Amino acid sequence: MVSEKRGREFYILLAFFCLFVLFLYGPLSAVFILSFQGPNGGLTFPLNGVSLHWFFNLFETQAVGDFGGSFARSFTLGLMVMVVTVVVSLLAGLAFRRKFRGATALFYLAIASLVVPSIIISLGIGVLFQQFGFQPAWYSSGFGAHLTWTLPFGVLIMFAVFNRFSPEYEEAARDLGATPWQSFVHVLLPMIAPSLIGVGLFGFTLSYDEFARTLMTSGTYNTLPLEIFGMTTNVTTPVLYALGTVTTLFSLLIIASTLGFIFYMNRRSRRK
Amino acid sequence: MSDAEANAPKAISPVRSFSIASLSAYLQALPLALILGAFLLLPIIMIAVVSFWDYDFARMYPDFVTFNYGETLGSWVTWKTYLNTLRYAAMVWAVTLVIGFWVAYFLAFHVKTATIQTVLFLICTVPFLTSNIIRMISWIPVLGRNGLINTALVDLGLIPAPIEWLLYSDFAVVLAMVHLYSLFMVVPIFNTMMRIDRSLVEAARDAGASGWQILTNVIIPLAKPGMAIGTIFVVTLVMADFITVQVMSGGQSASVALMMKNEMSLLQYPAAAANAVILLTLVLIMVAGILRVVDIRKEL
Repeated sequence: MVSEKRGREFYILLAFFCLFVLFLYGPLSAVFILSFQGPNGGLTFPLNGVSLHWFFNLFETQAVGDFGGSFARSFTLGLMVMVVTVVVSLLAGLAFRRKFRGATALFYLAIASLVVPSIIISLGIGVLFQQFGFQPAWYSSGFGAHLTWTLPFGVLIMFAVFNRFSPEYEEAARDLGATPWQSFVHVLLPMIAPSLIGVGLFGFTLSYDEFARTLMTSGTYNTLPLEIFGMTTNVTTPVLYALGTVTTLFSLLIIASTLGFIFYMNRRSRRK
Repeated sequence: MSDAEANAPKAISPVRSFSIASLSAYLQALPLALILGAFLLLPIIMIAVVSFWDYDFARMYPDFVTFNYGETLGSWVTWKTYLNTLRYAAMVWAVTLVIGFWVAYFLAFHVKTATIQTVLFLICTVPFLTSNIIRMISWIPVLGRNGLINTALVDLGLIPAPIEWLLYSDFAVVLAMVHLYSLFMVVPIFNTMMRIDRSLVEAARDAGASGWQILTNVIIPLAKPGMAIGTIFVVTLVMADFITVQVMSGGQSASVALMMKNEMSLLQYPAAAANAVILLTLVLIMVAGILRVVDIRKEL
């Protein structure tokens, strides 16, 4: 920005940025490579041959805990959290466009949900369920605990979206005789759809990877992050890395397909 | 008289539609209020209540005793743990602020096309949407005694024997936390920087400011709200962390949340609750202090 020609400053910053990217991806790629360790290989380099041994090992039942079951639970929970986060954040975003009593209090409650340490929420919900005699489970107490983490993000994103959204489009729709519902479905919703998909992606991935909030609230059955954490303390073979590779690839697949979908929608709406 | 009668309904109808509008606002806000009420407010109230209860090895007894606080605050271990947690928070904050500022500055002011900006931003974001635990344990083959760094340094003849403090040390804890949380600094700073009016930079340059002067007199002051929001994220995440401390220090260091987790696994819920109240108060005071500098609603 300082000069039109790219000066020394640009290249120093570029080098810094590349180091940052290396810092982000370097350790992860070590795990990727080591998950292809040969059957006799250990937890560190060098590679002792190349094989898919540890991936097969991962899918053998009894070998490493309940991988399939915990994955199914985390996936279902992620979808539940995603749907509720999108709907509730959208409604709250619409509500905050008007002035209503308690709006400021509700906004700061959402901020509080973001800053209250996760272990406190975990402890609180755990004790609450215990005192009221409810059995904690990943689909009840765990579900609520995850929502306290995903909803503030959803609400803040919707806040940012509606701050930039001009009411003129809806006024135009109303002038043309649209009912409030028609202007919501045909005008507002298509315009904010990419942001809603973004909120959904956040909701799913934050829940799918959440650990601290699930600790006291998951009940009898583990979610995937709890299962992985259990493995870090008692598994000493590269099967741990195989699990890391599989779950990370799954996350990347979800992210890539969502981004692809948003990109496709943006292009289609531009063509229209 | 007839005029007044004719006007009356007109005067009423905007009032009525306003009340319908505000009713729908309440209905739209209701789900959020109910969920946060049930899973945030109620549990915190419960913790505050339980922190005054009595307990033994098996269960808790409703009571009003203050020894949970007395024992927590009277113990030298607690104070040391709080200091250690604050030390982690300060170190991670300082490092992520430096990284976050320069990465955001590069993306916002040195990358010219919007497409490349988006692509580079996504490259930074993607790792943060994958599992924290996997990202944490991925340091083990890099930092370990026979890890990549030690092997490389020994093979190059730079050091005679592997460095022991790379893994299972305070260094490893801070490094892993920076790795996990730096995006929470990059995004808010990038967001504020993108809103800085480019003509201000032009004007400063036309008035003869050097690159460094533009940075210190224009960009840094205007990016402060983003830094404040990033600070809230990073500080609260570090203050709440127990898993990074447990895994990366190899059980040699403690944090407040880890202390709570250990009390919980011993079923000492009232003691953990007293700790939770103290930690929550500390965190809220820190956040309130930062919020005096920045209005979050304006920054979105």
